[in-house]
Amino acid sequence: MGFYGDRKITAEEAKKLRETDIGPPYFRDFLPPVIKKNYGRWKEHDILTPGLMVHTAESGDKIWTVRVATPRIMATDTVREVCDIADKYCDGHLRWTSRNNIEFLVSEEKKVEPLQKELKDRGFLMGGIGPRISNIVHTQGWVHCHGAATDASGIVKSVMDELADYFTTKELPNKLRLALACCPNMCGAVHCSDIAIVAIHTIVPKVDHDKLGKICEIPTAIASCPTKAISPYPEKKSVKIKDEKCMYCGNCFTVCPAFDPFDTERDGCAIVVGGKINCLRTPTKFARLVVPFISNRPPRWPKVVATIKHIVELYAKHARKHERVGEWIDRIGWERFFKLSGITFTYQCIDDFTFMRETLRNASTFKW
Amino acid sequence: MKKYETPLLDELEKGPFPSFVKEIKRAAAKNVMANDELGQLEYSYKTNRGYWKHGGIVGVLGYGGGIIGRYSMLPEMFPEVKFFHTVRVNQPSGWFYTTEVLRELTDICDKYGSGIMNFHGSTGDIIFLGTTTENLEPIFAELTSHEKPRHLRFDLGGSGSALRTPSACNGPARCEWTNYDTLEACHQITHEFQDEIHRPAFNYKFKFKFAGCACDCVGSIARSDCSVIGTWKGPILIDQDAVKWHEKKGMNIQKEIVDMCPTECISYDGKELKIDNDECVRCMHCIAKMHHALKPSGERGATICIGNKAPIVIGTIISHVIIPFMKMEPPFTELKELGRKIWDWWDEHSKPRERVGELIEFQGMRSFLEAIGVEPIPQMIKEPRRDPFFFFKDEDIMRVKEIEKEEKRTGKFIF
Repeated sequence: MGFYGDRKITAEEAKKLRETDIGPPYFRDFLPPVIKKNYGRWKEHDILTPGLMVHTAESGDKIWTVRVATPRIMATDTVREVCDIADKYCDGHLRWTSRNNIEFLVSEEKKVEPLQKELKDRGFLMGGIGPRISNIVHTQGWVHCHGAATDASGIVKSVMDELADYFTTKELPNKLRLALACCPNMCGAVHCSDIAIVAIHTIVPKVDHDKLGKICEIPTAIASCPTKAISPYPEKKSVKIKDEKCMYCGNCFTVCPAFDPFDTERDGCAIVVGGKINCLRTPTKFARLVVPFISNRPPRWPKVVATIKHIVELYAKHARKHERVGEWIDRIGWERFFKLSGITFTYQCIDDFTFMRETLRNASTFKW
Repeated sequence: MKKYETPLLDELEKGPFPSFVKEIKRAAAKNVMANDELGQLEYSYKTNRGYWKHGGIVGVLGYGGGIIGRYSMLPEMFPEVKFFHTVRVNQPSGWFYTTEVLRELTDICDKYGSGIMNFHGSTGDIIFLGTTTENLEPIFAELTSHEKPRHLRFDLGGSGSALRTPSACNGPARCEWTNYDTLEACHQITHEFQDEIHRPAFNYKFKFKFAGCACDCVGSIARSDCSVIGTWKGPILIDQDAVKWHEKKGMNIQKEIVDMCPTECISYDGKELKIDNDECVRCMHCIAKMHHALKPSGERGATICIGNKAPIVIGTIISHVIIPFMKMEPPFTELKELGRKIWDWWDEHSKPRERVGELIEFQGMRSFLEAIGVEPIPQMIKEPRRDPFFFFKDEDIMRVKEIEKEEKRTGKFIF
């Protein structure tokens, strides 16, 4: 039970107990003793299996890490179940990775196998370490976001069910990082992922003229548009949108709820490919558009799943060892990628917005 | 409690990967809010759209952020999620926990919220997904209560036009490559700027992320306005026996290491691995792949990059190198001062909802560099400008004239 047990704090009590600006607790209070002892003095690590690694300190001390997948959304009872496991094998110490995996931190080698067995028995999926797919970074979607053009968790679950072997066992040429953003706001590093799904709108937002003037500032609404498609509409104390200028980014909706960009048949998913965050070998890369639109098809979005699996398998087959998806495509050329993948090249794949000059080809040297 | 039929979501309980539907159902078994969340989500799946209202301002006394107001569009159908606010709880550096603190957090979430959590939100916070307006103050009091021991006390994270909750890779706690104490830096920056996190006073959001090396496991260069990326200045140390060990384990050193070095500064004759360290850009490829044989040495610090943002609205920006090398020792005074200088300049010049990276493009890099007191050096750019149009200040020309005078006096050109 928590510090105050079952007792609910009343509003009056809250005033006396609360304290502002205390900041987070000190992380050092949560480190296992072996980490405290060897803090900043680690020598090397070995990946023993896709779900297990060991770090060795200069002192010779070791710590074992067992990584499991999570759906990021967790019931409190699941967190408690995880706590029970960590109490049993990790003296109560664990952490999360930046991709929402749980890492059990084991200080005694003899506890590693029993931990793995218990995790397996309880249905946890171990893996994600080394040259394979780790958890998909994603947003809230229909679970909790007001701006979602698709669900996030459902697509992620469907994609990872199909690619689970690449989390638990199968190797790839290098790490492969997947991400999903449920609207073009792109919470999460979708724009620098190896393969990412970004949900988009494809219709010009409907404007609620009765509401707009009352709840939004008209200059702010006009200024929100990156393509200057929005202009004043004085007769209605509202604004109009020039259809042919609108790229459906949804920024007007973000600043003013009187714009409605949603459409049950015309919202969907785009797929971008070839980004990376780290600077190993080559600098950070943007992911680039290969599939502009796939309709939302809950509960399992089969075409989104199939497209991603197809690209993953193509990468697994064709890339050289240590090449990330983007490095592989840069080497073979995008024209070759489209040929190999059979993905239809469309007008949308040609940048006609901010990055046109630097993305068009300026040479007569290319492949057929 | 109302029982919802969820045939579409039930499909997502199947399959090998952990299921978020199972999680929501597990919470829904004993929580009415989670139950209506489940019902509304099934309705979204059935009708192909979300049903959460746009925004709404709620919070706790004295704070302007940390809580995201969320209301159902369908309160008649799903009354228990009429109010379903998010609470962002500032995570400890590196997402390290003990079961004791996790139990404390889950108990608070159960008592006042839906029993659904996120580990973690995109920016790094622990998320309590769904609570009512009247429960916000009790949650805040239980999180921060001065009656509790310090390690059980948590605070809210950032939201809106504020400094957002900083985050860090696991750094020196469990990594041999980190070039500075990412966890301590994250902790100290977070504590230094509590006011900036809790009371939105900026024109838009601002994020710090702390990565220990170019591997950037926390995604700092693509996910933060101020990306602090560890680097070093000394040579890469080579253990030749371990090189042999990697080779014996099946590594093709020529192909996998020598040929993949971006600056071609490595050579291997089958006996000895050599690195021309002056030509090395410290990309980490060879170190990451031959992790038993190679390691950085010498002076440690960080490269500071500024300006990343997601594509909304005129295209994505990846952070630019501003300070190629900064020493990163507690109490991180130089970084704190840099943060304040950036915010002063940004605050003075930016429009609402303009990120610092966009403002740099709009105002020009010179204005930014002068504001933060940094001289231009070639490490900041990939290549110099291509066109012949550029601004001069009189003092720039006067400086050239002075040099020309000196050249005339000495008879020697100065380049």
